[in-house]
Parts: sequence; C-alpha cells; structure tokens
Amino acid sequence: MATGIKDKVAILGMGCSKFGERWDASPEDLMVEAYTEAMTDAGITAEQLGAAWFSTHMEDVGVGRGGTPMSIALRLPNIGVTRVENFCAGGSEAIRAAVYAVAAGACDIALALGMEKLKDTGYGGLPVATVGTYIPQWYPNTVAPANFAQLASAYQKKHGIDAALLKRAISHVSVKSHANGSKNPKAHLQRPITEAQCLKAPTIAEPLGLFDCCGVSDGAAAVIVTTPEIAYGLGKRDLVSFKALQVSVSNGWEMQSNEWDGSYVHTARIAAKRAYAEAGITKPREQISMTEVHDCFSITELVTMEDLGLSAEGEAVRDVLDGVFDADGQVPCQIDGGLKCFGHPIGASGIRMLYEMYLQLQGRAGARQLANPTIGLTHNLGGQPSQNVCSVSIVGHLGA
Amino acid sequence: MIGITGYGGYVPRLRLSRRAVVQANAWYAPHLSGKSKGTRAMASWDEDSITMAVAAARDCLGPGDDRTHVRSVYLASSTLPFSERMNAVVASEALTLDETIAAFDMGGSQRAALAAVDQAVASVKAGQGDALVLAADTRKTRAASSQELDYGDGAAAITIGSKHVLAEYLGTGTVSADFVDHFRKTGEDIDYHWEERWVRDEGIAKLAPQAIQAALKQAGVQAAQIDHFIFPSSFAMMDAQLAKRCGIRAEALVNALLDTVGDTGVPHALLLLAHVLERASAGQHILVAQFGSGAQALVFRVTDAIKSFSPAKGVSQWLAAGVEESNYTKFLSFKDQLRMERGMRGEQDKKTALTTAWRHRSALLGLVAGKCSVTGSVHFPPSRLSYDQGKPLQDTQRPYKLAERQATVLSWSAEYLSFHMAPPHHYGQVDFEGGGRILMDFTDIDVGEVHSGTVVEMTFRIKDVDERRGYTRYFWKATPVRSTTASTPPTAKE
Repeated sequence: MATGIKDKVAILGMGCSKFGERWDASPEDLMVEAYTEAMTDAGITAEQLGAAWFSTHMEDVGVGRGGTPMSIALRLPNIGVTRVENFCAGGSEAIRAAVYAVAAGACDIALALGMEKLKDTGYGGLPVATVGTYIPQWYPNTVAPANFAQLASAYQKKHGIDAALLKRAISHVSVKSHANGSKNPKAHLQRPITEAQCLKAPTIAEPLGLFDCCGVSDGAAAVIVTTPEIAYGLGKRDLVSFKALQVSVSNGWEMQSNEWDGSYVHTARIAAKRAYAEAGITKPREQISMTEVHDCFSITELVTMEDLGLSAEGEAVRDVLDGVFDADGQVPCQIDGGLKCFGHPIGASGIRMLYEMYLQLQGRAGARQLANPTIGLTHNLGGQPSQNVCSVSIVGHLGA
Repeated sequence: MIGITGYGGYVPRLRLSRRAVVQANAWYAPHLSGKSKGTRAMASWDEDSITMAVAAARDCLGPGDDRTHVRSVYLASSTLPFSERMNAVVASEALTLDETIAAFDMGGSQRAALAAVDQAVASVKAGQGDALVLAADTRKTRAASSQELDYGDGAAAITIGSKHVLAEYLGTGTVSADFVDHFRKTGEDIDYHWEERWVRDEGIAKLAPQAIQAALKQAGVQAAQIDHFIFPSSFAMMDAQLAKRCGIRAEALVNALLDTVGDTGVPHALLLLAHVLERASAGQHILVAQFGSGAQALVFRVTDAIKSFSPAKGVSQWLAAGVEESNYTKFLSFKDQLRMERGMRGEQDKKTALTTAWRHRSALLGLVAGKCSVTGSVHFPPSRLSYDQGKPLQDTQRPYKLAERQATVLSWSAEYLSFHMAPPHHYGQVDFEGGGRILMDFTDIDVGEVHSGTVVEMTFRIKDVDERRGYTRYFWKATPVRSTTASTPPTAKE
C-alpha cells in the first residue's frame, strides 16, 4: 500500500536564473546560473550528488536531446543524468524523479534542473512544435493561445457569463500578476499594467489579448533534494518538505468523447484531488497559504482556481474580481509574477514555481514576502486543455 | 433507359467583385473598364479542383451513407492538382466510394466533361453499373487580363444510370479538330489565347453546329424542339448566335451565369445543366454543348421522374450563398499569384509521411471514425482501444462515417499568431450528431460568426500544401450551416 511522499524528502537548496530575453546567455550559461545558486544554497559539492534529472522541452532550439548537454554544461562527476520531457510540466517531472529517487533510497542527494532557451528562434511566441506524422495530417496547426482561449468560449457558455465580464476578470488576473512581478528582480516582466491596458491590447486569440498571454522567456531553475535526516546532518534547519507530488495525464477522453464540456481541465481536478489526499488537505481554501499555478494564459489561471477547489464551480470570476487571489487576498496566487511575468522557460517553469514556494516558506522572498505561509501549492500544466499533463505538488514546513 | 439519375453543383462562397479588380488594375489596364459588372466565383485558398469536385459530388449523391451503386467515377478538369496520383481516386476516397470501382481522370479540353458523360453512358450501356461524372476547375489567369474577369471557379456532378432516370440520354455528336483557340503547355499555369474574332467566326460558329446537328440527328430530335440550350462561352451573345444558326429557339437559351459565377471552364456546361434540371419539366429536351479541340453536344429528354430528385443543396442554393469579396489582393493571394509575408511560422515544413497517409486514408480522406459496437461511443481518429472511462474495450470499433453529419461547436478561438492564408485562423472542438468529437479547422467563416453552439457541417478541403515537394494533403473542415441553406439537408441516418 502506497504511503505517499509526505515529509519523506526535503529541499536542500534551490537556484533560479534571471528569466527573460537573455540575449547575453547561452543555454549552458543559464544552467550554470541556476546550478551555482542551488549548490551554494545547499552547501554541497558536485561529488555529493547521486543522480540528476534534466528538463528541457524544445530540443530543436535548445541544446538537443539527452542528458549529456546538462552533464557537460555543469561538468557533473559522471553521475546518471536523465532528460525528462512532458510538455510544460517537464520541470515538475524532473522534481518528481529526483524526489522519488531519494525517497526510494537509490541516492542520498539528487538534482533536478530545468532549462529552456526560447529566444534563439528569431520570433516572438513559442516555436512551432513537431507532433509526429499522423496528427499534422488532420489536426489544425494550432497555437497555444487559441488552444487555451477555447476554455473561455466553453466557460462562458456553461456559466452564462457575459463576455465583457469574463474579459474583465481575466484582465484582473494579469493586472495582479504584473503587480506581483514588479516586486521580483528576477522576473522577465517587471512593469505594472492597468485593466484599461489589458482591455485595449491587440487580440492574439479571441478573446485573449496580448496581456492575457505569458512571457516567452529564457531561464533555468534547479532544486537539490535529500532526506530530512541528511539535511539536518548538513546543518540545515527550518526545512521545506514535499507533501504531495501528483501527475495526471489525459487519455483522449476529453478530445474524443462528447462528455467533457471544455470549460475546465479534467486532469487538474484529478491531480488536485490526489494531491490533497496525499498531503491530508481537506479544506484547500483555508489550508493552502499560497499557490503558483500554470497561468500560461489568464483564462487558464481563472479556471484553475475552480479545478483546485479554491473557488466553487462558476465562482472564479467573482472571486478573482473580489481579489481573493491578489497578494493581499485570502490565497495569493503567482506572488512571484507567475508564468505571466516571471516568465515561462518551459522546462524550467515547474521548478521556478517550487523556488518561490521555497523562498516564501523560508521567509526569503524580499519585497513580496507573505506573512507566515505554511503550505504552498504548485500547479504545472503541459499541453492544452483538451489533452495534457497536469502536475499538482504541495510543499510546506516539515511536519506542518 | 439510360440517362441522368442525379445531379449537383458547387460554386465557392466567395464572389469577387469585378469592379474591385478593374479599379485595382485601372492604372495599367483601363481598357477593362467595360467589364466592371457583377462578380465571378472565387475558390478559397483551401479549394482546388479535387475539393470542389467532392463538394459537387456530395451535392449530387446526397447524405446517405450507402454509395455502393456508384461503380465508376470520372473527374474532368483542366486544372487537376496532380499529374501523377489519380485525382479521381482522391475524390473517390473522400466520397467513401467502393475501392473496386473504376476511376478516370479526364482533361485536355473544355469539352472534357461532356466527353466523360459519353464514356459514362457507354459504361452503363455495357452493364457496368452507375457512373459518377465530376467536373471542376479553378483556373489561373494573368493579372489584368480579360480572363481574370471572365473566368470563375466551380464544379458539377451528375450520375449516369439506368434506374430512376431523370433525363434520358438521347444522343451525342462530336467533332475532334485541332482548332487552337487557346492552349496551355503541361506544367504551365496560364492559358495563351488567340484572337477572339477568329475563334468566334472560324471556330465556334463552324465547328459547334456540326456537333450539335450530329447530336440532334442521333437523338432524333428537331432543333426547334430544344427547350434548354446550354452553350457556355464568355463571348457576348455567342450562344444566341449559335442557337440562331442551328435553328434553336431563342427562348431556349440558358442563362450562363456569367454575371455572377463567370465561366468555370470544363465544369460549366454540367453546372448549367444541374441548374436547368432543378426547374426542367417532364418531356422537355435539353441540348448541352461545349467547345474545345472541336466540339461536343449531348441531347437529353426530361422524364416524369424529374420531380422525385433534388440535390442536397443544388446550384440555386450555392448561388444564393455567395458573399461578395472586394479584396483583389486576397484573390491574387488565394490563387498563389501574390506572395504575402508569412513570417517565420510560415516556414514550417509540411512534408507528408505517405506511409502514414495510406495507413489512415479512410479517416483522413473519408472522415470515417470508429464506433464501438458495444457502447456505441464514436472515436476519431479510430483506435484499437476505446476511450470509455475505466473500461476500455479492445478491437470493438467499426467504421462510422462522419462527413455527412452536422456538428455543434463546443469551444473555439480565432487567432492571429500562426501563419494562415485567411487570418484569423479559426478552429475549435465540434461535437457530431450521434457522437464523435474532433478539434478541427473551420473554413469559409467570417469574424464574429462562430460561437459555442454554432451548428456546422463538414467540407473536404486542402489541409496543407507542401511547397517544397509539390504535395497537397486534404482533410475535412467545419463550416457554419447558414440560413441561406434554408432547407437544411438531412443528415445521414444511424
């Protein structure tokens, strides 16, 4: 009988590069930047690492396939380095692999690092992805904004919400994230915006405008994990431990059956339910101090509040407009700016979310520090609403 | 009795304003100002002679799933997309016709469609079952040419058979002569034309009557008995002159739709025939002729069964569904004659894995899903395992056709980010009546026209063009069921 991951593994150290248009930095430079901070934070040397996992999504514009690019960039001592790729949720998968390796006793200390170099393509937005030989012959040449924008049309229909009201709510999501991002020196976008700017911005994918879409960024983030015992042995105190790591992956039901209504993310609800069970959370809105969710688009964040049970179904619009998820609200969301403003280097994002939870729980979040957070949740979604990989992770003070 | 057992047509939705063309080119070709009247039909960027032929065939065959009576298919066109890869077979796969049928591509002359009808009659006479004759053209022309204004894009379809004959085939007349009024070398895009007066006086006026008289003689019908005379020509009054010369009554002249559709080329005589059959009455005689490398004429007599048939939409409804297009640059772009900036996203390689295309041809070309024989759930694409939550069944799916079923939009968006020939790029999830869901492209759609709940129908279109290798791949797209199609065609029965 599985006993879950709760409090079996702790964070020894973390690092995160500056995110953004890093014209100055190669993929290797980004990895070194995050890795150096994490190793310094952990206070260990490379020889103490037992195994590593490397998350990167776009091998064609990044560093190619396999584990060697990271092993070479970081000059790792010939340990196992495994590349993981699971769309935008790859970072969370790297964490899961490292945490499970430690929990299994396969190694004492493990590294998970995610990196994406997106700004070597020559254009804005995400590069065009390859999808095999069959799908391109029938499936539209879709782009992420239009895949996620479809949530809006279905949500609006299901809940009978006026288009203008929904647009105002998703604008509030972005205004809030920009306000948060302005307090984060590592964020890609650090300028506050207004609701009026959001509403006036050019349309990217109906009804999403420019400010409804997250940044496309270069960046890397790293986490080093170990057992609480080893962490204590290395002199660490005030440990942040994993309470739940859950991943749910679509099996085609949403895309093919006529049952899913298109207004929510099916896997997010499953992963959240499993994560709450694993972490022992029964009242998420009361028990969770803060969240970092996959706000690739403003509408995604809005429906995610319902998928995570932080808003009742059909209530997210009101909760968002009431400021429930603002920095001074009941459950602050994207306190670091989120994908929206911290940025979205795909393979690194899941680890970047954890980085903010870690800083907040340790009281090291600077100008954006929340008062006494105890439990943080990260939600990392890869793919599109109709077909995806969804990770929900919960972390907190060890023993909390 | 052998003759026409079904008919249908297709005219693309967009109708290019001739005034817009003339005005855009006035600086260069002021002599075209006299041709500013009306519109010409204009294929969308994702239509070609194959897709339009499929649309006309569906109009003719109707929504029924059972098309096993069709035993041969002829596709006549002077603008077939492929020189190698039988175009008629692509159409046949899209129509889910039986694999054991005979298929023929025909072209080379404006009268290719009538020649195809002749062949179809012969095969029916030989006891080979019903024949489906398709004709379609989307011709390229030089910018600021007369042809650019005169031509149009369109398609037509008729079935020839021996049961439930709507118009009996009475006879044919052919003249095969190398009279070169225009030509186009293999591999070239655009016709080269000789002087109009010579074409009229020495060509049409002399050769067409020979074919017409031969057809009348074989049919045993007097010229004066003809009630509908079809002779497409973009030359003014050519059909009237010809009728007079042959002794056909002036009242028999059929409106050639030149003001709205333009001369569609190879399909035009059959398109007009399909239009005439909508209103023809029992006992009437129809003479249909076309000029090209000589001439061909066919004579039909309408039977009492004429009222028992109606096409899915019919030429009249296609005509009514037109929308005027006044962007001349859109026309040039859709005809691949004006290269718009595509951005880096337009650089994506569209190479088609032919192995994959063959393995999945029924789903890709025929839009055939898999319906679970146990639960009734519909899967697209079909798969060995069903999606049924918690209890996937194996190898229970049976072929299930979706193309003739209507669907409802579940979710959608329209985006300006990807490269698309007609931005914004619309797509979304559609739910089919009777089950099945596909996230698919939308086409022939206006901004603001779609919402969750919009009812759509399927249309066979170009999915992608691989410019590097010269390959076109096809798939189905959703298009709104519009109010102009007042009598909505019934969808296929379960």
